Amino acid sequence: MQIPVASYELANGLRVTLSEDHSAPIVAVNLWYHVGSANERIGRTGFAHLFEHMLFQGSAHVGANEHSELILRAGGTLNGSTWLDRTNYFETVPSNQLALALWLEADRMGALLPAMTQQKLDTQRDVVKNERQWSMDNQPYGTWWEKLPALAFPPSHPFHHSLIGSMDDLSAASLDDVVQFFQTYYTPDNAVLSIAGDFEAAEARTLVERYFGSLARGAGKPPLPAMEVPAQFGGWRRQVVEDDVMLPRLFLAFRSPAFGTPAYYVASIAGAVLGMRRGSRLYRSLVRDRELASETSAFTFDLAKGSDLLIVDATARPGVRVEQLEAAVAEEVEELRAAGVTQAEVERAMALIETDLTGAMQSAGERADRLSRFATYFGDASLVNAQTGRYHAVTAEAVDAFVGQSLGEDNRISLVYVPRDAAGSGPA
Amino acid sequence: MTAPRPQGGAPRAYAFPAVHRARLANGLGVAVARMPRLPLVTVLALVDAGAVCDSAGAEGTASLTALGLAEGTTGRDGVALTEQFELLGTGLGVGCDWDSAMVYVTVTPARLERVLALLAEALTAPAFGERDVERLKTERLAELLQQQAEPRGLANDKFAEFLFAERSRYSVPAGGSANSVRRLSADRLRGFHRERYVPGATTLIFAGDVEAEHAIALTERVLDTWRGVPPATCAVDDRTNGRARRVCVVNRPDAPQTELRVGHRGVRRRHPDYFPILVMNALLGGLFSSRINLNLRERNGFTYGARSAFDWRRHEGPFVVSTAVRTDVTDAAAREILREIATLRTEPVGDDELSLATAYLDGVFPIRYETTQAVAEAIATAEVYGLGDDYYGCYRERVRAVTAADVHRAAEAHLHPEELLVLAVGDAGAVREPLERLGLGPVEVHDADADGTTP
Repeated sequence: MQIPVASYELANGLRVTLSEDHSAPIVAVNLWYHVGSANERIGRTGFAHLFEHMLFQGSAHVGANEHSELILRAGGTLNGSTWLDRTNYFETVPSNQLALALWLEADRMGALLPAMTQQKLDTQRDVVKNERQWSMDNQPYGTWWEKLPALAFPPSHPFHHSLIGSMDDLSAASLDDVVQFFQTYYTPDNAVLSIAGDFEAAEARTLVERYFGSLARGAGKPPLPAMEVPAQFGGWRRQVVEDDVMLPRLFLAFRSPAFGTPAYYVASIAGAVLGMRRGSRLYRSLVRDRELASETSAFTFDLAKGSDLLIVDATARPGVRVEQLEAAVAEEVEELRAAGVTQAEVERAMALIETDLTGAMQSAGERADRLSRFATYFGDASLVNAQTGRYHAVTAEAVDAFVGQSLGEDNRISLVYVPRDAAGSGPA
Repeated sequence: MTAPRPQGGAPRAYAFPAVHRARLANGLGVAVARMPRLPLVTVLALVDAGAVCDSAGAEGTASLTALGLAEGTTGRDGVALTEQFELLGTGLGVGCDWDSAMVYVTVTPARLERVLALLAEALTAPAFGERDVERLKTERLAELLQQQAEPRGLANDKFAEFLFAERSRYSVPAGGSANSVRRLSADRLRGFHRERYVPGATTLIFAGDVEAEHAIALTERVLDTWRGVPPATCAVDDRTNGRARRVCVVNRPDAPQTELRVGHRGVRRRHPDYFPILVMNALLGGLFSSRINLNLRERNGFTYGARSAFDWRRHEGPFVVSTAVRTDVTDAAAREILREIATLRTEPVGDDELSLATAYLDGVFPIRYETTQAVAEAIATAEVYGLGDDYYGCYRERVRAVTAADVHRAAEAHLHPEELLVLAVGDAGAVREPLERLGLGPVEVHDADADGTTP
């Protein structure tokens, strides 16, 4: 599955990728800023995400919430999201509204600060505090999002601290922080712009130059602390969390190769063999055969610097103790390490992944986001077309070598949630 | 940047994919929408076997029957069936809502024939093995148990429980309650399947890179011998549990937030006011820039988000405003939601606000149908509610035709401030008195644990 990819760079350093597709009158605009929670300073956890909210509060020529209103009125959808190492903003609009989407993104990249006020910051701080409570504090197992990275990365590492942020740090965020963060990170040379869908390349280039061409390059950003960590945890760390949950859940994490490296694709296949869909080993064994878990899955964080995390999770069935669950997951991992994968398992994983990769290309927004991802991390948006080939290059032998090396007891973290009431795992 | 804000040019034409239809001699309907852009086809079998068909005391039958289709057939067990699908790069999706059951796959055209044969096998010859059914029951019970600590799902289920009459199917979750699920058996699922999964009550929908003739020929090859007599469509008692305004609190001590639900019985899908209601709800709470979200989130910072929705069903499902707010503003948030509902009935809607809603619903239409799955589901919706083949062709025109007066009439006719049920799932110790002081009606406090959920 190949899509057209044409990349170029403006004089101010903004990297642009165009991918034309005229099958529907839809176009997606997607910006990745190479800044995430990793770039936050001490005492300001959660700020990158709070800042993302401020980008919807207007800019020099756009009123508060007018960005959303204009896109909705144009018949479009929009949002933004913050991750450990990037922040993205995106719109999908009818193709006759491409200029509007670009103009809005350029206005906030070029002139956010005139619109910033203390009152807007205070309101969005409240919104984000509610978001924290909604997604983590008042949601079973919700805090795993901050507990697992805290266990997996040393305190000095930029991925160690909470992405959503602590209530105290959110309270401390000031307008001065907004100014500094904007000037340091929201510059054309720290961003990637992708446009996918129904447009004419010449017209898109003219619009991009018109709206973004005059924006000033940034002064550079402070370097991040070293992201490199040993390839393995060097032991099996374990944390037990008593929480307001009804059933125990285990998150078992392994350090794994960084996103985009050849070894990443090997690790992905290994993860799929273990936990992707109902034909995976963990589902077949824990849910179907032994009836110890009610659900299970495997996934990666897709971190492109230092090392990634491969995580399997499993939720106990009523009456099953967390020790039984953890032992059963570990047995499956050991079994995989001892006997290796079968060719059929690799083929199953490959077939599922390939359908998913093709399926993702259906949506203009998804195409644009993936182009931005590869442009941001590797300076090469066309890697989007290399993904299927990278997976196909993975052999069963390579998966065996990976699971032997990386899924052992010297490379594990268990994050375990148990019901607060010790008897709460229920009678057998 | 000094460039002025650009105005959009003329929109390029868009047409929802044309639907070709056929009917096999055994009564099975076939609908094919060709979308040749990518090598993918979604196949969706739509069966008139939704949760409204559950008999009293056996709620969850329809849902577990649908789930059971993926658990093995008379010819191969669940492990083998799953493996066959997954080696072909797909998985059998199963689902069941109030009005229908659905079985679906997305696959490359080269594998369509083999996958369709597997789908047909799962659809027509499921085994419902005793052990598999017991496991599915336990998984549903685990889900219900989990929900006691999961305030969003709990709030949705409790809202329906308190809103609808005890005898109404709508008062019990579509997937069944702990008590009803425990009573289900493999035999009951087999009986339900025999009665309701028949060709005359099923439509096979294809959307994607496939020619209509080819899809129809393949369907004949694998489903021509399927037999059965279509049963009557299920009616449902959609009466409410009294219509006076009241407040229910489901107690979760020390919860940092309150999950709020405010609403009443809504409108059936085939109501002639559908389009005015759609536009009315968009500006009330359906959009990010709606009145309720701008009030609660952007003006007051009470919440991460608030929305309103009509749950469209064959009969009258709920209309509900949903949000999660900081515990200490529970009463203020409830008051603002009631104020917005009341205002929409009493004050006319401005042109600017009306055009925001209509322009959005009109313009976003092509964006909704980018994927084969979305088109297959849209065709299914039109089928379930008998909307007709020109429905998607006329949709945008009908949205654009809605006037401010239509919206006002829809608000007057279909929003009922005196009948609102206000449900708060949160810390009763903190929210009960403030809610009483609002004077909305009697305040009841309930436990989170539904009957029989805790083992």
